[in-house]
Amino acid sequence: MNITDFIKKIETEIDEFEAGTLNPDTDLRKTTAWTSMHALIIIALIDTEYNVTITGEDLRTITSIEDLYNIIQSRIAV
Amino acid sequence: MAYLTIENIQLSAIAACVPKNRESNAHYDWISEKERDLLIKTTGIEYRRIAPKQITTSDMCFASAEALINELNIDRKEIEVVIFVSQSPDFFLPATSIILQDKLQLSKTTMAFDIQLGCSGYVYGLSVISSLMNNGKFKKGLLLVGDKSSFSPSKKDKSTYPIFGDAGTATLLEYDPFAQKMDFNLQSDGSGYKAIIIPDGGMRNPYSDESDKMIETSPGIIRNRKNLMLDGIEVFNFSLREAAPNIFNLLKYNKTEINEYDFFVFHQANKLMNESIRKKLKVEPDKVPYSLQKYGNTSSASIPLTIVTELADKLKNSKAEVILSAFGVGLSWASAALTLNKLKCLPLIEIE
Repeated sequence: MNITDFIKKIETEIDEFEAGTLNPDTDLRKTTAWTSMHALIIIALIDTEYNVTITGEDLRTITSIEDLYNIIQSRIAV
Repeated sequence: MAYLTIENIQLSAIAACVPKNRESNAHYDWISEKERDLLIKTTGIEYRRIAPKQITTSDMCFASAEALINELNIDRKEIEVVIFVSQSPDFFLPATSIILQDKLQLSKTTMAFDIQLGCSGYVYGLSVISSLMNNGKFKKGLLLVGDKSSFSPSKKDKSTYPIFGDAGTATLLEYDPFAQKMDFNLQSDGSGYKAIIIPDGGMRNPYSDESDKMIETSPGIIRNRKNLMLDGIEVFNFSLREAAPNIFNLLKYNKTEINEYDFFVFHQANKLMNESIRKKLKVEPDKVPYSLQKYGNTSSASIPLTIVTELADKLKNSKAEVILSAFGVGLSWASAALTLNKLKCLPLIEIE
């Protein structure tokens, strides 16, 4: 797993994000397309792909895709 | 561990009833068109049936039960137990099942009581009625399950209003020494009780002036304390965490494999959640029916409603091994493994 693949997966899963528009610094919640429904889609994606649970609290604290990626990495490692 | 094996009881017929009145999520104008499209795509919910003021859950269950009794020519005297599973009873008290005993002209020797559960209610109810019937060798029993969920959400709450639909069902169970056994795995976790809750109106928080105050809790969510409140992410993570292991443990308990089952009927929560659970189980899509698109999340009625609307033709002339799985408010969740043998499903009933 690397962050480029992770970003591609998000862009594939969420139609509102065109391929190539997201980068590690992107704060998903500050994008114009973001709605609360996307939180569930991201959680389901991460659960299915990496078997990692992301909580509501996690989503409130992160400010970039990289933050989210690091959370996943740390939980896979455990 | 609450594993149960119940012998001698056959689930032999199901009827389901919905209100004729249909609402479309494509017309839910509290949110933008873009958000509506995403909501429909993600939850899979296009339409919901909404009962008018005068129709209660028990009316829909009554219509279903009457249809079963009449269509199958059932001798009312043989019905020895009736259980009503719902979180939208007719009254605070008495229990709705007892009113239904009289309305259905059942004998005064009939045992009747209510079970107050939501999403998990059908599987829980099935385990209770089957245990009782096996113990007492009751000839027949009626399990009446459903909710008028539309009574509580705020129309200005995008996290609840476009999700729930109303339905009431009736399931006939019969004592039969040749019936295949049923296996259950029943669980609960009250630490999550606030995840799906109507905060005010019970004894813990009686109605007060505060109860009616509309508060914007987040964008697109304006509600008061009499309205249903749902923590979407909390409930989503709970279901992802618990539903599949509950089924895997049931299969360990009854020593069967996932590929021995013909159908997996899930509580109809939302498409994204149910599909995630299906993938965890590694089950093919054609074994997992959905009634979500047409009726929404119908609370405890979702499993029998899905069987009636999606599986009736496939089950009527054959024997099928089925897993039922339900999860939600409580938090409460359960699964059952059972054999449906030429199950009779009546055509869907609509009332207005």
